[in-house]
Formats: sequence, structure tokens, C-alpha cells
Amino acid sequence: MTFTLNDDAGMLKESARDFFREQAPVSRLRKQRDAKQNGRDPELWAEISALGFAGVIIPEEYGGAGLGYVALGAVLEEAGRTLVASPLHSSALAGASALMLAGLDAQRAEWLPKIAAGDAIATIAIDEGAHHAPGKSKLKFEGGKISGEKKYVADGHVADVIIVAGGDALYLVKADAAGLTRRELVTADSRGAADLKFENTPAEKMNGGADIVDAILDRARIGLAAEMVGQASEAFEITSEYLKTRKQFGQVIGGFQALQHRAAKLFTDLELTRSCVLAALDALDRGDNRIAEYASLAKARASETLHLASNEMVQLHGGIGMTDEHDAGLYLKRARVAEALYGGASFHRDRYASLLGF
Amino acid sequence: MTDQLETFRAETRAWLDANCPASMRTPMAGEDDAVWGGRNYKFASEDAKLWLDRMAARGWTAPTWPKEYGGGGLSADENRVLQSELKRIEARPPLFSFGIWMLGPVLLEYASEEQKKEHLPKIVRGEIRWCQGYSEPGAGSDLAGLQTRCEDKGDHWLINGQKVWTSYANYADWCFCLVRTDTSVKHEGISFVLIDMTTPGVETRPIKLISGSSPFCETFFTDVKIPKDNMVGRLNGGWEIAKRLLQYERTNISGFGSGARVDVVDIAKAHVGLEGGELADRDLRARIAAHKMTERAYALSVQRAQEEAKAGGNVSHMASMFKVAGATLNQDRCELMVEAAGNRALGWSGEGFAPDEIAITRGWLRSKGNSIEGGTTEINLNVVAKRVLGLRDTQ
Repeated sequence: MTFTLNDDAGMLKESARDFFREQAPVSRLRKQRDAKQNGRDPELWAEISALGFAGVIIPEEYGGAGLGYVALGAVLEEAGRTLVASPLHSSALAGASALMLAGLDAQRAEWLPKIAAGDAIATIAIDEGAHHAPGKSKLKFEGGKISGEKKYVADGHVADVIIVAGGDALYLVKADAAGLTRRELVTADSRGAADLKFENTPAEKMNGGADIVDAILDRARIGLAAEMVGQASEAFEITSEYLKTRKQFGQVIGGFQALQHRAAKLFTDLELTRSCVLAALDALDRGDNRIAEYASLAKARASETLHLASNEMVQLHGGIGMTDEHDAGLYLKRARVAEALYGGASFHRDRYASLLGF
Repeated sequence: MTDQLETFRAETRAWLDANCPASMRTPMAGEDDAVWGGRNYKFASEDAKLWLDRMAARGWTAPTWPKEYGGGGLSADENRVLQSELKRIEARPPLFSFGIWMLGPVLLEYASEEQKKEHLPKIVRGEIRWCQGYSEPGAGSDLAGLQTRCEDKGDHWLINGQKVWTSYANYADWCFCLVRTDTSVKHEGISFVLIDMTTPGVETRPIKLISGSSPFCETFFTDVKIPKDNMVGRLNGGWEIAKRLLQYERTNISGFGSGARVDVVDIAKAHVGLEGGELADRDLRARIAAHKMTERAYALSVQRAQEEAKAGGNVSHMASMFKVAGATLNQDRCELMVEAAGNRALGWSGEGFAPDEIAITRGWLRSKGNSIEGGTTEINLNVVAKRVLGLRDTQ
């Protein structure tokens, strides 16, 4: 096991950091939101793709870089820092993983090069109710067609290809397929999503059963946890900086022990969570056989830490943290969406207990 | 891994196979199985003594210390190999020692050549057992407020005062001690001295804890004369050494004295029971799961810090963070064990309760000290806030 980035991943992280800081700071999300783009920013996506970020885990034979999950996790963490609204996680990680793990040869050959180049956006459609419950699917498959519903599909409103989980099977559906109705959702995090309705929609069955659905989800969870660590780190650093500059009672408020201890506890929590996420990404690249444990550990801890970091960001900023003008609200809104996606802390605690045999 | 390390691993494995007695490859039954050494130490078994002597002869009780002072002279990589081989055969630690964990590292850094040659080899061999004279009745969290006087009497130092929470002072041969050599200043008036506990005027009195055990003492110094050579570092330069030593202590202490080593999950399975493969108490199950996650997160973080230290990163300032997290983790574990064991963990003594059950009760009570000893959680959070995060009273 290692927690240290190799040269390739290190360089990728640095270039991601520079790019997102300069080209996609939080103000870009704010602009997208104010222009009611609901997560759509084709120009930004083109730039992200041009840097190769959409093909980090995709094998070289399909036009990707074949660098693995640690490398993509590093990019996602940097994207998380400035709340970059793009389908990077849905397409380059979740969608690409689904095709790599469950795609038929022809499906991989058709879609992976497009995903790697950013020419096609992929996503995975899992949940059918208000809560993450991959085991509960009412999706029906008959004669090459699926019927059913999927809710709050991340980037479902912009995706070109959707990998649909049907409990113990996976189906590939093109966004323009007949019988697919997409209802675009305007979401709290300003990234958008979609409810999908399938009525005898042509679908290609993919390889694998429930275990592969789990394997794909675990990749999505670990990758999202990496993005969340970036969000929590930035939220913490902005808050910590504020504590050093805001003055009340004639001194900086960071000198007050009550606030120092809250900051120190949050920092400790964040560092413990970072170790879990780095270990989980590394476990994917090593092909560790306890991926499910790592995934639930990373996603539960990231959800708890980001929950705390985003709440503390608002509270420790005081009144200004409640204003729309400040970024704290944007971190808070994204936090709750990311926490819920692919299972929150309570879902993963429950799963972790089962995996550990109690 | 390099060929050299592979060779070292093979040699180490062969040596351990030949030299680690079979009884030293079994789990320790309790704190009585820990070997502390010292002038008057009574070993629980012949094997325990044999194991210590053999390891000490190679310097492997302090594997990374230089050979000239009795250490093993191993590189960090070689030490990792040694530790993994020891773990592989589930070998017991040959020696528990404040000398190795706390004093040795600062002697290597601050002591004179004569002091190193005098004290380090005896620590390695477990011949001299050390205790720590830091806290005083009036100087706990505010350690630098200590008042034990050390006066220059020309050919010796004269020491008068009282220490408290001196771990195992009643068993120790020597004490490393913080004393006041200048009363006109605070931090800059402290020195670091070494005191032979058999010197006339040294007296110890065990303190009984809420757990029923007495691992700590009060230690009194009344007109204690010690040689001038027994000061480490310069006069009034003890605070820097004291702080450095605390970093080593905090790294070692976080889960110390936790008593029971059983897994909380096993306790819960036994006393709460499973329904459909899951703990019958859903609320407890969720809290144990959260605890197991924190436990794993802590272990991974320690591993990560070791890797970053190896890569040259300065992680010494993280000791306080690990101290806080480790203490909290251990206390949570103990609380969950008591809860999971129900009334079986609410006994105190007698035949109505098994030794394992009493160990849970007493370990739980002992664990309350984890967030107090070696710097309270509150003090360590101050350290993290100020030194790691740079939060200060004024900017």
C-alpha cells in the first residue's frame, strides 16, 4: 500500500490544480448558476477533456492514459476544491468504470474512446427512490427493451450514454433512445441531474450481475469521496484563513480557544478521512480484494467529514456565511448532494457492519 | 525491495526462528506479561529473560539506535523488515521501556558522549528501568510552572520538591526529571536532570486509580544530592528537551494501558447476539460500525505518517493530533465494550465475574486517563491549533 503519488499522478494533480484554480474557480460555478446553465458548460468540458482528464483511467488502446484511480482521484480532489461543475466524475470515472468492467467488446470499442476524448458523456443510473438502494430495482428487461424509472441521475440531463443498473444486471442505453423520457432536475448544488423514465426503451445488456454493479458503484463511491475530500479541504482552509483575519473584541477570532479546538478537531477528522480515501484509491489500482470495505469506509468518512466541514464553514463565518454572496453556501449545497449520491454515511456504516460480519 | 533487504529478511527470519522461544510467540495474557526490566526485576518466566537477553545482545530492543551505544544500528527499512518479521511470528515485545520510547531518543540528540555511553547500553539491555519526573501537584497542563528546585552547591546539585504521576516510580531505578534552576523566569529556568532513585532523600508513594490499579506514584525529593554530570543539555535549557521528549511520549502513549485486547465486535456478538447475521441492537451496531471505521482510519493515518516521514516530510508536529485521536479512539472502544458486554462488564472482583470481564471494566476505567496523561486532549488541541494550523491570539 502507498499514500504517495507517483510522478505521473503527481504531475497530473499539479496541472489539475493550476487549471481549476485559474479556469474554473468557484466564481465559474456561480456564473453558471446565475445564467441558469444547470451544470451545462460545454466550453469548460472541452478544456477539461483537452487536458486528458476524461481519459485518465481508460486504457491506452481506447485512447486513454491508463494511469489508474489514484491519478484520477487526484484530479477529482482538485476539481472538488473549487466545486467544478462538470461531468468528470460521472463520465470519466463512473461511466468509464462501468464500460471497463461490464462492457462487451463492441460497447467498449464504441464508447471508451469517445469518453476519453470528452466527445461523449456517460453516467450511471442506479436509484429509483429518494434513497440510495441499489438492491431494490423494479426495472424490467424484455426482448431487448427496458421499462422502469431512475431518479436523480447525476449528469443524467447531459449524458449521451447511460449505464442502467437493474438489480442484478446492467444495460447500456443511448440518450436518444426511443421511449426514454428525461425530466431535467434543477438541483441545490447547481449542477443539475435528471429523472429518467424508460418505456420499452431499447437497451443493450452488458456483462456481469449484482457483483459487477457493486464493483462499479464502489469505484464511483471512492472517486466521489476523493472529490469530497477536496471540497472539505478547501472549505476548511477558507474557514481557517477567515479565523486568522476576522477581528472581534479587538483580536482575531482564531485566538479564541473555543474556535481553535473546533478547527483542530475538524483538521484531525479531515486528515483521518484523507488517509481512508488515498488508501481506497490505491486499493483499486492494486486490485485489492477488499474493495467493498475500502469504498464504504471512504464514502462514509468523506460524507461525515464534508458534512461537518460545510456546516462549520457557515457557522464560523457568522452572518457573512449565510449570504449568497459568500461561497460557504455553495460548499454546503454541494456537500449534501455528494453525501447522498451512491449512499451516505448511514448507508455505508450499515454496509460496513455487514461486510465485517456483524 | 532491494536484494540487500531480502537477504536481511531471510537472515532475520532464520535468527528469529532459532532464537524466539515458543512461549514468547503466544499472546500476552495481561499486563503482568509485559517485561519492564530493571535492577530488581523478577521475570515471569525463564523464556521471558532469555528472549530479552537474546534480542538485547543484537541491539534489537532498540533497533535503530547506533551500535556504539548498544543499539541495532538498523536503517529505517531494515527496522520495518524486523518489525514485520516479529509480527509474522506474533512475537511478544522483549522489553517495555520508557528508556527506549522516551529518554533514549532525546539522549541521542542532547546528551554528552559520556552520558550516552553510560546510559544507553543499559537501557537497551533492560538493566535500568526509567521513570519520568514531569508533572507536579501545581504543574499539570501548565507543565512549565514546575517548582522542584535544583540548586548549584558547587560540587553537586541539591534537589527539593515533589513530582506526581511518575509512572512506575516505585519500580524504577532512575528518573529523568524536569527541575527549576532559575526562579526568575518560567520556561527558560528549567533544566533536565537524571536522578538515581536509590539516592538518599528519594521517596515514592503509589497512587490508587479509579481502576483499582496503581501504575503511578507521587515522588518526593528531600535534599537529594546528585553529581554535576547528571544534567542533560545546558543549564536552563531543559524545556526544549522536555518538549521533544513529549513528542516521543505522545507518539507512544495514545492507546497505552487500554487493558483488554478483545474485539468489541466479538463482545457484542456474544452478549447482544445476532439476528439474521446482524447485531440485534441496531443502534449499537451503527455506533460500533462508526467506531470500526475510525479505528481503520486511525491505523491508515499512522501508516501514512510513517510513509511521509520516510519520504522526508516533517511529521513530528503531528504527534499531538495522533495523541488526541488515539485517546478518543481507545476511550470510545472501551465505552462500547462496556455497553456491549452489559452487566458482565459491571463487576469488580470475586468469582461472579470472569477475569476477561473484569479486564473490560478496569480497562474502561483506566482508559479515562488516556486523554489526560502525556498532555490533556485540550492541551494537545491547543498545540494542533497553534503549531499546525497557525491559529494564534494575534496575527
